[in-house]
Amino acid sequence: MSDYRVLPGPEHFLPPAAASMGIRLPNPGEAHINGVIVSEDKAYEEAARQFLMAKVPTIFPGPLVLWAWNEKAAKKATAVRHLFNTLKECAQAGQKPMLIPMPDYRPKYPKINPEVEINPNHPNLTIWHNKIDCCMFIGVHCHQANLSLKIIRGGTSCYTIAMCAQAGHEDAMLSFRDASVEKIMRLAETVKRLKGTVQLRSSTAKSGASN
Amino acid sequence: MAETKSIIGTQNKKGQTYTDAWKLLNEAPRTPSFFTGSEVIKEAIRRASCDVMIAYPITPQSEAAALIGELFAEGYIGDYFRGESEFAVMSQCAGAAFGGARVFTTTAGPGTMRAMENFPMWAGSRLPIQMIVTCRGINSPLSIQPDTLEIAYLLNTGMLVWHAETAQDFFDWILKGYMVSEEPDVHLPLALCCDGFFVTHTKDVVNLTPADMCLPPYDPYRSPVPCMDMECPPVRMMRDPFVMKSNYISYATHASWQQEIWAAVERSRKHSIHWLNGLIDAENTDADIMIVASGTAVSQGREAIRLLEDEGVRCGLVKVKTLRPWPEEEIREATKNAKHIFVPEFNVTGWLAKEIKATIPNHHRVHAGPHVCGGMTMPPEIIVNEIKTALGMKKSFVMAGRGS
Repeated sequence: MSDYRVLPGPEHFLPPAAASMGIRLPNPGEAHINGVIVSEDKAYEEAARQFLMAKVPTIFPGPLVLWAWNEKAAKKATAVRHLFNTLKECAQAGQKPMLIPMPDYRPKYPKINPEVEINPNHPNLTIWHNKIDCCMFIGVHCHQANLSLKIIRGGTSCYTIAMCAQAGHEDAMLSFRDASVEKIMRLAETVKRLKGTVQLRSSTAKSGASN
Repeated sequence: MAETKSIIGTQNKKGQTYTDAWKLLNEAPRTPSFFTGSEVIKEAIRRASCDVMIAYPITPQSEAAALIGELFAEGYIGDYFRGESEFAVMSQCAGAAFGGARVFTTTAGPGTMRAMENFPMWAGSRLPIQMIVTCRGINSPLSIQPDTLEIAYLLNTGMLVWHAETAQDFFDWILKGYMVSEEPDVHLPLALCCDGFFVTHTKDVVNLTPADMCLPPYDPYRSPVPCMDMECPPVRMMRDPFVMKSNYISYATHASWQQEIWAAVERSRKHSIHWLNGLIDAENTDADIMIVASGTAVSQGREAIRLLEDEGVRCGLVKVKTLRPWPEEEIREATKNAKHIFVPEFNVTGWLAKEIKATIPNHHRVHAGPHVCGGMTMPPEIIVNEIKTALGMKKSFVMAGRGS
């Protein structure tokens, strides 16, 4: 197994793709945390803990759940909204959950509006602007998610979670695979269950604002 | 994300039953058949549920391309046409794959070189196109004969590159290739190479799966990039290439994009091991002498080992099946006991020996040869002589060159 660990950055001017450092994707029924394969149960707990600990826990829904292109996508979108509402319900003083879409993968120039969107070519702009210290990608096509996750790891200290409908993402600090409505709902339940057991991150030294 | 309704067990318009790929390739009955490599390509594609095949004539792949035209006439392929050149063919393949089709093509030698610009584009666009490369000479003066130099140019395109030894490899790997390259965490083009003529134009016994069973179709909704409406393509994707914008983040995006392609090559390792039963085959790895080869050089190496055994010299063999992903750890492990490693190749530069030297410790153990090129055959006796010379033994055979 690789000694490399997928940790919050800023890691490097050009950090390596985690797969090239020997990090392997989980098999069905598994997840990974920092590049180490774990059970899904453990990943739910850790993802919920990271959400509850963050000052600005944020969900980044991508096109696959932003548009009702089939029945499953619509149900998933409802589940994502439920997770966001749960984050708001469970928010402690000083916490500001956000829901910022990634509607478009095309690069935008001169720059995106970081208050309302995130773009895979400039993801750090949204992270920095909103001081996001924990985020979850969902419904983003895998290639674009990997680009974003690696750039975020390179230039920010934001903790990244991927709720991937396919095989998962090594470049996230925590990744589920085969995402479904049930998995999103279970994560929301776990957040609710752990409410009050996790302290808000005290220092801003490792916040998303670093660069 | 696609609405998944299993079609396994249902039939296509030709009456073939969509069959779980693992069952098709590992459990379905096999019928021994006596075919040329080109005919085997046709038979594999008959079972591959291909949507589009685009052809352009160049020896030695022309026969396979023409035979697949017959499959189109029979109704086994959705669309088939001849491009204006190899460059056009590969661009048209990209268009079809962008639109969500399972795409197949074949090329060789100068055709591969002419189309080269497209291959990193395929990989960068995450298009799981399969391209058969029936290797031949690429340099002037013209040669249509077997020579594997073109493979060296493919190794850094971001494509998966496999090197088949036999027609049986070809049949199985065409079908398995789609299973690996279409995985959403891989989703890369595959260059499935063989040594032209030696494999394409010779007949061999090949065990075929039933013709009334075929692969499940490609599901573009599992793609890691959006499937495009090719009647109304998002032109801005092409109009605003990142590198045209002079700021830090666009370079970072492009760099990350390239890294992601090679990450996908890495991810193919797991799937390739699953489908090919390992990235290499190894025999007698406790021997002091190892032959490491790919393609038909493996067959010649195997025969050389038999000749050496007759003289009491024990020798091991590594058959390298995948060049990308590169089986670094496997080769290091298989050659750890070897004092001498011989790498016979059908090309002048010895690209496989260079890859191996960069992989293993104590690379002075690697003897880059024997080499033949330009269409010469590689008699096993010259491998035997190369080994005996290195060991300080008397040569067994007097081998005069063809021109002498």
